[in-house]
Amino acid sequence: MIKAILIFNNHGKPRLSKFYEHYNEDTEQQIIRETFHLVSKRDENVCNFLEGGMLIGGSDYKLIYRHYATLYFVFCVDSSESELGILDLIQVFVETLDKCFENVCELDLIFHVDKVHHILAEMVMGGMVLETNMNEIITQVDTQNKMEKSELFSFQSTRQDR
Amino acid sequence: MPAVSKGDGMRGLAVFISDIRNCKSKEAEVKRINKELANIRSKFKGDKALDGYSKKKYVCKLLFIFLLGHDIDFGHMEAVNLLSSNKYTEKQIGYLFISVLVNSNSDLIRLINNAIRNDLASRNPTFMNLALHCIANVGSREMAEAFVSEIPRILVAGDTMDSVKQSAALCLLRLNRTCPDLVPMGEWTARVVHLLNDQHLGVVTAATSLIATLAQKSPDDFKTSVSLAVARLSRIVTSAAIDLQDYTYYFVAAPWLSVKLLRLLQCYPPPEDAALRSRLTECLETILSKAQEPPKSKKVQHSNAKNAVLFEAITLIIHHDNEPNLLVRACNQLGQFLQHRETNLRYLALESMCTLASSEFSHEAVKTHIETVINALKTERDVSVRQRAVDLLYAMCDRSNAKQIVAEMLSYLETADYSIREEIVLKVAILAEKYAVDYTWYVDTILNLIRIAGDYVSEEVWYRVIQIVINRDDVQGYAAKTVFEALQAPACHENLVKVGGYILGEFGNLIAGDPRSSPLVQFSLLHSKFHLCSVPTRALLLSAYIKFINLFPEVKGTIQDVLRSDSQLRNADVELQQRAVEYLRLSCIASTDILATVLEEMPPFPEKESSILAKLKKKKGSSKLPDLNDARRNINGSTNHTEDTETAEKVSTHSFTDKLNVNSTPSTGASLLVDVFSDVSNTPAPNDVSEEHFLRFVCKNNGVIFENQLLQIGLKSEYRQNLGRMYVFYGNKTSTQFLSFSSSVSSNDLLQTQLNIHTKTVDPVIDGGAQVQQILNIECLSDFSDAPVLHIQFRYGGALQNIAVKLPVMLNKFFQPTEMTSQDFFQRWKQLGAPQQEVQKIFKAQHQMDSDVAKAKLLGFGVALLDGVDPNPANFVGAGIIHSKTTQVGCLIRLEPNTQAQMYRLTLRTSKDSVSQRLCELLSEQF
Repeated sequence: MIKAILIFNNHGKPRLSKFYEHYNEDTEQQIIRETFHLVSKRDENVCNFLEGGMLIGGSDYKLIYRHYATLYFVFCVDSSESELGILDLIQVFVETLDKCFENVCELDLIFHVDKVHHILAEMVMGGMVLETNMNEIITQVDTQNKMEKSELFSFQSTRQDR
Repeated sequence: MPAVSKGDGMRGLAVFISDIRNCKSKEAEVKRINKELANIRSKFKGDKALDGYSKKKYVCKLLFIFLLGHDIDFGHMEAVNLLSSNKYTEKQIGYLFISVLVNSNSDLIRLINNAIRNDLASRNPTFMNLALHCIANVGSREMAEAFVSEIPRILVAGDTMDSVKQSAALCLLRLNRTCPDLVPMGEWTARVVHLLNDQHLGVVTAATSLIATLAQKSPDDFKTSVSLAVARLSRIVTSAAIDLQDYTYYFVAAPWLSVKLLRLLQCYPPPEDAALRSRLTECLETILSKAQEPPKSKKVQHSNAKNAVLFEAITLIIHHDNEPNLLVRACNQLGQFLQHRETNLRYLALESMCTLASSEFSHEAVKTHIETVINALKTERDVSVRQRAVDLLYAMCDRSNAKQIVAEMLSYLETADYSIREEIVLKVAILAEKYAVDYTWYVDTILNLIRIAGDYVSEEVWYRVIQIVINRDDVQGYAAKTVFEALQAPACHENLVKVGGYILGEFGNLIAGDPRSSPLVQFSLLHSKFHLCSVPTRALLLSAYIKFINLFPEVKGTIQDVLRSDSQLRNADVELQQRAVEYLRLSCIASTDILATVLEEMPPFPEKESSILAKLKKKKGSSKLPDLNDARRNINGSTNHTEDTETAEKVSTHSFTDKLNVNSTPSTGASLLVDVFSDVSNTPAPNDVSEEHFLRFVCKNNGVIFENQLLQIGLKSEYRQNLGRMYVFYGNKTSTQFLSFSSSVSSNDLLQTQLNIHTKTVDPVIDGGAQVQQILNIECLSDFSDAPVLHIQFRYGGALQNIAVKLPVMLNKFFQPTEMTSQDFFQRWKQLGAPQQEVQKIFKAQHQMDSDVAKAKLLGFGVALLDGVDPNPANFVGAGIIHSKTTQVGCLIRLEPNTQAQMYRLTLRTSKDSVSQRLCELLSEQF
């Protein structure tokens, strides 16, 4: 199971945090900081797995991460997940974001937090991998956008019902 | 066209975010946020009804503020209102807020549940998905209670859309994770299994995840999934990549689904059906072969996906542990990965090899990679990888390579990351003790450990070395010499001072003959460290000093001067002061005889120690494999180590309190010097406990436990629940009388609290050729792992005879067999699923593998044999309850013979880990 998905930049500023287990706000922030410290001190080209920090559950959990330009994508998972599988999932996530935002960059994540959450929700649900097929994910996101557009239109034409 | 066009965001939100980003200081940021929070609050509280767009905008702002780490304590009600909107975007943002800012406020949960219930009933797949996502993301008990019966219905309904099925499967899985007691099994389970045949691979993947988890809970309900999973896997593995279209990822067919299917198969033993088993073997072989094919793409994603499947296949092979061929191929594949340029693969290979090392089939194959692993330890840049290398070295260690591995770990320790030093120290200490043949090596290793990483050496470790030195007189002189030399380093760790003080205090006399380590030199060396040490260490040194007064009368004056000084007699610390006063008085008033008695060397801990060493030797002999779980537990200091700690604590209490106890059991009355240098006396040493026939009595109650030219000892015993009675028969084999015959039973301190034994005295004379009987009444108070010792003493023709025999009172004697149905058995088996409750051992058959003999032995062991529980009729399954006065411990046993390999696999599950451990040790020696 995936316990948390964290995205932060090279300075440790969180850009997305999604916890699938309940923590209070303070702990969540501490976990983000701890994770940033663990991940950011690692060289490039070392392996993409490491044991989780104390706050997130220590060596029973693994941090699986990828570093893209200015952003770190970190998935914290338990032993029931395949490490390489999750690594590929991060790649699918990023490729999907890239398709949805056209050359995704940090700013897209900042200004469209809601969209990023919606895209993520198509892939991971309650800590479990829901969909890995990028075309399927994008189709779902497209459907959402169409509905959004049509609602915008219906709103303007004062029709309240869809 | 991008799915999200950048222009259609919310302007107010963008402005706010830009403002925040432009803030020069944290204070400015907080100020801007507070302003915004006030603004939103007033908007929410205001009279004017907000339109959907504004609500959405404000909720997004709150989400952003929350992400920056600020507490959000309002807006929940507005979010809940958004849930019941008819507009998709409003509903969506409402759900997002709820699932990011979960709040277990019960009033709100009720409202949220209402909204969810409406959406689930809406038959609108998008709304249903939103609702299912929300349940899964929050996953609270209230939600589980509200929806747990609804979701299976949605999952198996014929008209449910694929995407909803996917969500429903995972939602159910999530609820099962949080509240496993709530998820009902029912007629829907069979239909869920059939989702494995679904056309839509997304549905199959989600269903596989769900089944893999539920199958652990009730394997019988999902048994049929095995054949479907194998069929599905086989179709994926053999298909051309294009068949699966969208689910092909960088030329690899459905990697995620393959991984999940392989995980599901790990919930079950290898299929019994021969055709199915060969189909699965074929799949696994194909996966292994594909790894050797040239890659279809240079992209790292291609190799990642391919290897994700490969590693999972290897895990399944290791889990099944029944196909030597596949195991060896897996091991070779991992060997290749150990040298791969991808760090990730090296990491995973080291990790998988750790589990492979515990399989008897592949342990030797794993060992061949030792040089590569050592090299990884030295050259890997990545601490995560080095850590896995340490784990693997630990797992592959056995007697043949222990010295090399310990030496490598020690040298790595000098440069190791601080975060993993303590773990390495414990591992080295455990390996050094476990595989020590030569105890001088053990002493050197531990002293090195203290020298290199003194701060990380816990008390257990240095207690242990002292305990071992005290109990092994062949190493005492060497230990004294070595610590003396080590203490000469200008700066040495306090732990070394502790060990040094203790050992020189006991055995300093063994090296005092050398003028370079004369008594005065020894004392000055120890005392030069005194002022740098903490109070407990100083207290220990004071005890060493008073021991010196006994060992070396010539330094008495010097030591008395030290004790008399103000810094001791008037020390602010009450413990130090008391010791100084008492030791000084003792040295002044006591005669040499009294001093010699009071300050005699520490008595060995006969039964405790012999049994620990016996256990140690037994472990070395029969199971060369360090069980990884065992190792983990050791590191956490919970099972084996607590036992060590207990004994270690005993050492310390002895040292600090019993030292002055005149009544402490003197070992033989002879001084140690005599023990070491005198010839072996003609009477057998009393510490030499016979345990030759001990193991024969594990599965039987009657027989001859000891025999020499003079005496035969026979036993007859019966047990009921936690009580037992043992008849001991002493037969005089000679024609001469035995005089002053006495026999007694002793237990070490720990065992005394676990086992009560009452003996009746016997006649002090046994005529030639006669037999006398002694009755022992035994009561088991709690579970135990040592055995009491029977001490016999008598005079035969003027010579005193000492005999000590380990009495076969073992934990399994207090078994009460339990019959149960197959269903009950598996239910209990699952309940005892915590890793420390299970002990497993794989071992070579020592006797011919006869099913009837094995059956008789298991019955003799005390359990009821359950027929028809294990699908494989060759396997044995048994159950019983261990009765002690305080508790009853249920115990389940499974013994799987493999006649081809001449091996057994024994698995025990009990509710108490020490019981599992002990029973496994006892039983595994019987076949």
